[in-house]
Amino acid sequence: MSGMETSGKPMDTSAIGGCAPDAAICARGIVRDFESGQTTIRVLHGIDTDIKPGEMTYVVGESGSGKTTLISIMCGILWPTEGEVKVFGTDIYSLSDTELVNFRLNNIGFIFQQYNLIPSIDAAANAAVPLIAQGMDIHEAREKAKVLLEKLNIADQADKLPSQLSGGQQQRVAIARALVHEPRLVVCDEPTAALDANSGRRVMDLLREVAVAEDRACIIVTHDNRIFDLADRILVLEDGEVTHDGTEMPDDH
Amino acid sequence: MLWIAIRMLTGDAQKFYGLLFGIAFSTLLITQQLTIFVNLIERGASGVYNAPEAEIWVMDPVSRTTDVNYAMPSTALDEVRSVPGVEWAVPHLRAAASVRTSAGDLEGVAIIGVDDATLIGLPERLLEGDKSILSRPDSVIIDDGGVVNLFENGEEPIGQRLELNDQRAVIRGIADSIPSFTSQVTLYTKYSQALNFVPGTRNRLTFVLAGVSEGLSAEDVAARIEQQTGLKAETRQEFADAGVSFIVENTGIPTNFGITVVLGFVVGVAIVGLTFSLFIRDNIKQFGALKAIGVTNAKIVSMVGAQAALVGTVGYALGVIGTVVFIYAFSGNPFFKGFYIPWQIPLISLVSVIIILAMTGFIALRSVLNTEPAAVFR
Repeated sequence: MSGMETSGKPMDTSAIGGCAPDAAICARGIVRDFESGQTTIRVLHGIDTDIKPGEMTYVVGESGSGKTTLISIMCGILWPTEGEVKVFGTDIYSLSDTELVNFRLNNIGFIFQQYNLIPSIDAAANAAVPLIAQGMDIHEAREKAKVLLEKLNIADQADKLPSQLSGGQQQRVAIARALVHEPRLVVCDEPTAALDANSGRRVMDLLREVAVAEDRACIIVTHDNRIFDLADRILVLEDGEVTHDGTEMPDDH
Repeated sequence: MLWIAIRMLTGDAQKFYGLLFGIAFSTLLITQQLTIFVNLIERGASGVYNAPEAEIWVMDPVSRTTDVNYAMPSTALDEVRSVPGVEWAVPHLRAAASVRTSAGDLEGVAIIGVDDATLIGLPERLLEGDKSILSRPDSVIIDDGGVVNLFENGEEPIGQRLELNDQRAVIRGIADSIPSFTSQVTLYTKYSQALNFVPGTRNRLTFVLAGVSEGLSAEDVAARIEQQTGLKAETRQEFADAGVSFIVENTGIPTNFGITVVLGFVVGVAIVGLTFSLFIRDNIKQFGALKAIGVTNAKIVSMVGAQAALVGTVGYALGVIGTVVFIYAFSGNPFFKGFYIPWQIPLISLVSVIIILAMTGFIALRSVLNTEPAAVFR
């Protein structure tokens, strides 16, 4: 990461493998190639970074900079070509497929750009999906999800189908789904991209309120400059490399 | 997760009903066509089933079925009676004749002459009249299907006079019988009377019906008859099977029905395959999200399996119910008289439905399993 700008308090990386003992995510030497016909395109060029718990970390960059690829690798849904990723101390790509899936189910919450709510089940059931997947009884899971929906100020929409909710409300249901099973890592992909400025701001305020905790890390991929001020830390990616790591956006962006 | 899977499916009403329709239609077509086929070819054995007392049918060696026969000399009756193990033997005549109806129409009929003394060879039950009426001059008993064919205007058949091969015949009873393969009008009369109705040839005894002495098997006695008389003797079941086989081997019916059944299967695969694939494609993002969240491939398989099972169970039930309703609705039609659904047919339909769903489910599932969870971020 030569030439990378840094600011803020540096992490203690004296632990084995250079990972900070308290790091939520420790990524080392992450390389990712994609095949396109006869051509191999390198999207990530050996990224080393640590994500701290208790912080809202933004990964920003132009389209094609590799930010989505990076968080996909960090949360265990895309294998790196090279490198290793430890999430709360677990080398996730040394796990078997089933172990990795179970690790995600128990430790990671996802918020997608297009929400990806199931259209034929109501908001409470959508929010309860991770708990149901963990094997919890549907009614119990729904009740637990409703508590979270209440925190997100949409308890009165719990029985409505996604199609009956506004974009902001749907994203709040998606946030509830990402947090209902109390994961230690929350990964958000462009959470405000489909929302207007006001809704996006409200959603991010709420997300910050419910997702950021002492023992939880929250990574957000975004290029929405309206919400940059809510970040605790910003990683800027350019052409598959981290070019900035600080608490604020660099002036030239 | 199965609850979610079912809700995903039923929530998309258009595709859910499309899938149900595909399975139900396929089941209906397969079950209904196989039912008609089986019942139709069983009509090849109706002549045997309509003479329930006969344990052995004895005939000229070239005779093949009740309708495809070659008459024997009348001495054959005594020869059969002389075989040890034959409890009784009676003559049985089957011939074709023409009838001029009271309306002036011409109708081909089958004449069945039953033993004068015992009336063995008559169907077990009469809908109208009594078996004893055959002792009255010129009496005939008509089969119930024949009533519909011969008296289309709803006239009362009892007492009707028919011109039968230039002879006078009077209908005095209606038999409850299984229609023949061709649904031809059948007239039952005494053997001696039948000889008058049909044109005279030297040999007119078409079959000898025989009973077996107690403690002996029909197969053993039939073999003994063949050995001793040189005639062909078949047990009731063997002769019934021969009637069915004759139709299978000598008509295009199995091919025609087979094509329809295959079409039913193909249509099922096409409709269900297309709809299922569309359903999966429409929900691929949701499935991808579930995979990202941490739902294992095994659970995804069980979800799609539950969706297929629901569609299969309901669609199959609708198809079978449709067939039952069809058979019931047409039970008044003589062509469908006595139609039933052998248990093997719903089983065949069930296997077909399982194959359809397994094929289409597998194809649809492949796209889900091949979806990378990371795709939800793109």
